[in-house]
Parts: sequence; C-alpha cells; structure tokens
Amino acid sequence: MTTLDLHPATIENVPQPDFSKPLPPREGDRIIQFREALKEAMSHEMRQDERVFLIGEEVAQYSGAYKVSQGMLEEFGPKRIIDSPISENGFAGMCTGAAMYGLRPIVEFMSWSFSLVAADPILNNVPKMLYMSGGQWGCPIVFRGNDGAGGQLGSTHSWCVEGLFANVPGMKMAIPSNPYDAKGLLATAIADPDPVFFLESERMLGDKAHVPEEQYYIPFGQARLAREGDAVTLVSFGRPVNFCLEAAEKLAEEGIECDVLDMRTIRPLDIDSIIASVKKTNRVVVVDQSWPFAGISSEVITQICEHCFDWLDHQPVRVNTEDVPTPYAKGLEYAYLPNPERIAAAVKNVLA
Amino acid sequence: MTKAATAAQGNSKSRLSDKLPDAKLLEWLRSMQLIREFETRTMQAYQQAKIGGFCHIYSGQEACAVGTIGCVEHDDPVVLAYRDHGHALARGMDPKACMAEMYGKAAGCAKGKGGSMHMFDKPNWLFGGHGIVGAQTPLGTGLAFAARYEWEVIGSGKKKVALCYLGDGAIDQGAFFEAMNLAALYSLPVIYIIENNGYSMGTAIHRHSANSDNLLARGEAFGITSVKIDGLDILNVYDQFKPLVDECRDMQRPAFVDFKTYRYQGHSMSDPQKYRTKDEVDQYKQKDSIANLLDHCMSVRNCIDEDGWKEMRTEIAEIVREAVQFSENAADPDPSELFTDVYANPQPNLSPTATYAHGKKNPLL
Ligand SMILES: Cc1ncc(C[n+]2csc(CCOP(=O)(O)OP(=O)(O)O)c2C)c(N)n1
Ligand SMILES: [Mg+2]
Repeated sequence: MTTLDLHPATIENVPQPDFSKPLPPREGDRIIQFREALKEAMSHEMRQDERVFLIGEEVAQYSGAYKVSQGMLEEFGPKRIIDSPISENGFAGMCTGAAMYGLRPIVEFMSWSFSLVAADPILNNVPKMLYMSGGQWGCPIVFRGNDGAGGQLGSTHSWCVEGLFANVPGMKMAIPSNPYDAKGLLATAIADPDPVFFLESERMLGDKAHVPEEQYYIPFGQARLAREGDAVTLVSFGRPVNFCLEAAEKLAEEGIECDVLDMRTIRPLDIDSIIASVKKTNRVVVVDQSWPFAGISSEVITQICEHCFDWLDHQPVRVNTEDVPTPYAKGLEYAYLPNPERIAAAVKNVLA
Repeated sequence: MTKAATAAQGNSKSRLSDKLPDAKLLEWLRSMQLIREFETRTMQAYQQAKIGGFCHIYSGQEACAVGTIGCVEHDDPVVLAYRDHGHALARGMDPKACMAEMYGKAAGCAKGKGGSMHMFDKPNWLFGGHGIVGAQTPLGTGLAFAARYEWEVIGSGKKKVALCYLGDGAIDQGAFFEAMNLAALYSLPVIYIIENNGYSMGTAIHRHSANSDNLLARGEAFGITSVKIDGLDILNVYDQFKPLVDECRDMQRPAFVDFKTYRYQGHSMSDPQKYRTKDEVDQYKQKDSIANLLDHCMSVRNCIDEDGWKEMRTEIAEIVREAVQFSENAADPDPSELFTDVYANPQPNLSPTATYAHGKKNPLL
C-alpha cells in the first residue's frame, strides 16, 4: 500500500512509476479483451492506492454499460465502485472537488459524447485549477469512456472529442489502439498527477490480444512504430491505427511499405518520432478520426511543417472523418470514417 | 422537524450565542471590520486602476462569511463563488496575499494568476473562488465526498463538513440542482449557503427565480434540511447555523441555507445600479451587521467601549494600509511564471509552443 498523501504541501516530486523498467513483451498467450485490460489496470491501481475510486453511470451493479468494470463492485464494494445518476455535469464536477481534496477519481463517461454537458468542470475547471490557484490545487483525475463513431449511433452519440478537447492546456490525452497499450496507458493515466482524458472506443472493447498479467506503465509521449516501411509515414491514434495497419498490409502487396506510427498519446505528442520517420520517408499521411478543421491532424501537420518542412517531397495529406455530422446509414457511416480504402488512396496520392 | 430546523425557528429566551465568550464576539467584530476596510481600500485601488478585471465587493454581507466560517473547524473545506475576498479573509488569509493577488503580484495567493475572483488558500482549506456562476456547487459536493471518503474508506480522517457558498443568481444553474441531488443521494456533509442578496447582477430575485419566496423548497425537494437565516445579525447566524453544522457533521448529510443578506456596492466595480433605489440601500445600511454587533458588544456585553472600538479600527486600518503598501511594492510575477503550474508533471511535447516547468513555490505554502 502506498502512503496516502492526501494533502501534499506541494505538488512537486509526486511519486511516479519507474519508467526506466523495461516493458513486458507484447507477444504471449494471455489473450484477453480490450475491456478486461482496462479493468486490470484500474483494479491494480485501486488495490495499490485507496485514494482511487471509479464512478459513472452503470459502473457498479450493472457491471458497466460496456462491461468494462465487470467484477469490480464485488472486489471493491459500493464505496469505491459508485453508480452515478445521469448527471455528467454533477458527477464530473463532484470528482473535480474530490480530486482537489486529494482523491484520485476515475470518471467513466458512458460515451465521451455525453461529456459535453460536463464541459464546465472538465474544460473550465479541471485543466486550469493548478494554474488558477498558483500551484496550490491540482486535479489528479482520469476521465475515460467511449469515443468515436462506428456503431451506427448517429450524430449525437458519435463524437470524437479529441479535436475539441485537446485544445486546452493543462490536460493530457491518451488514446490506445489495442489491449496491450490500453492497460499500460491507463495505468500511467491513473498514476499521473495531472488530469488525463482517456479515449476508448466501443468498437474495440472486444478486441483480443496478449496482455501481461503484471501492471506496467507505458510512458506518455512515446509513439509505437507499429509497422516499418520506407515509402510513406502514416501517423495515427486510437482505432484508426488499425485501419492504417490494414491499409499498409494491402499496400505492401503492391510493394509500398509504410511506417505506421501509433501515437498513443495526443498530449503529449511524440513529434520526435514523427520527425524521425518523415526524415526517412519524406512523405506523410495523418489519419485522424475527428473532424479536419482545427483538429489533431491539422496540429500534427503544422508541427511537421515547422520541424521538417525541407524533408518533405510532397505536401502532407490528412485523412479525417468527413466534415459532416455523423450519418446513421451503415454505408454512409463507413464512407464518413477514415477507412483502409481512403487511407490507401491517400498514400498513393503522396507517392504520385 | 430536525433539531437544526427547530433551532432555526429561533428561541429568543436562551440563545446559543449567549454562551460565546466576549473574546469570540470581539474576534468577529474585528474580522467583519477588517473585511469592510479591506473592501474600501480595494475599491480605491480599483479606481486607481491598480486592480484589473472584474472585482466584486463584499461590503454588507460580512456577517455571512464571518458567522458561518466561525461555526466550522479550520480544516473543514470551503469553496466559494467569485465574490470571495471576504471569505478569504474570514478564513484567515493574510490580507497582504489577498490584496497582492488583485494587484497581480507574485506574492499574491495565486501568484497573480487568479485575480479577484479566484482566491485559493491551501493552508486555510480554501478551495478557491470560482468565476463561473454555479461551477463551485458540484465542487462543494466533491469536497464533502472526499472528506467523507477519507473518514469512511481510508479511515484516516475525521467527520468534516464542507461549506459551499453561492449567490441567489447561482441557484438557477443546472449544476446546482445536480450538486444537490448527488449530495442528498450519497448523503454528503456539505452545506450550500445561498448568499441571497436579492440580486443576480441587476436582476432582482423575483425576476430570475421562480417561486423565489420559497427557496427552501428547492433543498427540500431533495430531502435536504433547509433553513432560512437572517444573515444581517451575526449572533442570529451563529444561533441557527451552528446547530446545523453540528448536525451535518454528525449525521454526514447535506443542508441548504437561504441566507438573507444585502450588498452595499454595485454588482461589480462597473455597475451604475439603475435597478435599485438609494433608499433601499440606505434602509439596509440601517441594519448594518457590524453596527449591530458593535452595539451588542457595547451595551449588552460591555466588552468594548468607544475608545476600544476606535483603537480596533485604527489597528485594522493600519493592517489594510500595510497590505496595500505591500502590494504596491511587491514584485511582478517573473515572466517565466507564465509557463509554470500548468502541469503537476510537466513533460516534453505537451505543447507545440510552450515549455512547461514547475513553478516557484506558492507564497502561502
Ligand atoms: C455561467 C456564468 N454566466 C454568467 C456569468 C456572469 N455573471 C457573473 S456574476 C453574475 C450574477 C450572479 O449573481 P449571484 O449569484 O446572485 O451572486 P452575487 O453577485 O449577488 O454575489 C453573472 C450573471 C458568469 N460569471 N458565469
Ligand atoms: Mg445575488
């Protein structure tokens, strides 16, 4: 059990995980779902640290609307696995106060789409509290939930909030693309003393992969080279990383080999890995499931231009969701999202 | 009817405040006068453009901050709206740190990063003034949640009560309804203190709130003990508020207070006050809470006389003068402080343009 420092005199030197420890292997035969990986990360931190609790709609008795917290009520009891009313503004704000006091809330939004009614606490309070108080009160809080379209839920339920929310200084944003990273990034998010917006995808919760049993902490701001090639750099985050890998696979059949960078966190953004890859390939496609206007892809491309403009043989190209509200019809929704076909076309475009 | 609600009905025969020692009353008198004087000098500094931004003066409402804070422990958490100088001083903030904050100086309570509306004081358990109307109400619920969690789950704390202040304008915010629902649902020890000064900026309460004659119904709707308190008489505040605090602490559950008070100055420093008459303001000044307590101390308790009062005022004027002087001479924040206190764990690549760092230690810590 870690010592409970509920009211630290200063926020400096907050104990951090030992990131120098090598991460356990990604390969193995402990195959579990993405949702279980998330649960393991939370449960481990909750066993370590009594300040950590989980709150959200249906997280306790219902075992989570998407079964992420299955079994946690049984292990930790109703004082730490807390069913909330449908009151995002209320419980996000409540947890802001609790985090200031010294607890470590994990707030589950059933969907990030619903977090918009909590805009004031999550955007106007949490990321700014440390600054506004002149370094007196931080907000060590994790907001997590489903982000993005893909389930034919229509416009109100398909938000990709990364473009909108990452604009705010004071917060960090993590967005895993696979079960292994989901566990290691969520562990880091909970341990981090800053507010972390953790973006999952309902479409990936059932994805399966080897996930080590032990707790491990993936440092923020370190992209993973998910596939290696020298023709084009594909930069992406979250679920579309998988579309990039699909596209890269197909392109390889035509002899086009891509670097696929899974950024893993949006803030911090591992621009160094992007630069290194772009200097090798001289061509880049950024794949981003949020809208294009003033979004993550625009940010990444701006930074690429700032850092390695002269290394580019073709202007950077972005693949976003189309710049329209999310449609319902299956075919339309597929065309709306960054999909492997659109990504492959963009790659060919920068090679032309 | 609960014990607190019974007490709230008032019992003129034996008042709880009768048992308070003279020293306590004099401490409150001093504290209220300090706020009054501080606000007078704040207005002057504002008019001289030494203080910028929005600035909301607390004069007239002193009995609320001093009386209610006088009923809780030093480590009970407190959270406020933006009309927050009075509470900060009542909570024990150094007037120098408070004034320097408004001057935007490094020695301010938030190192000049917060300003008039954002007074934070960790050693005094003051979790901030908050500029968004109603935003602090879920925070207050959260402070109570955390305090109860610390006591009940972690087992390292004690039974606490959180105080959450809001204006009558803030009661119309959805956030407040959600905050009350959560507090009642989870049985959290938070007291929502509606500082009902009758106006939300220039909108009188009957023009901004439905059923405004019966605000208590809003707390009662959630099953929350709800009490109306005449907030101009600090002894009455104590008589009614202290039992409520004890009950909320003991039972670990919330309360709602419609706290009738009045502000003497405009809403903020830029308010021509066309929405009320000078007569109305004068009528309230007749019932001034400082004069009230002074009168009680002089004629009932005989614990201060004209000379003593004069001496107290002189002393206070000197403290505030020093706070102003201190702020005038204090250093501006170092330019590097622009990029500090953004992250508790500032790591590389968090921003395309900024390099973040740990800030200088806050002067209050
Ligand atoms: C969400 C929001 N809307 C509007 C404002 C602008 N505003 C600041 S104070 C205020 C009036 C609030 O009155 P009340 O709650 O009664 O507090 P008082 O000023 O009387 O202390 C308004 C409209 C704001 N700060 N936040
Ligand atoms: Mg008001």
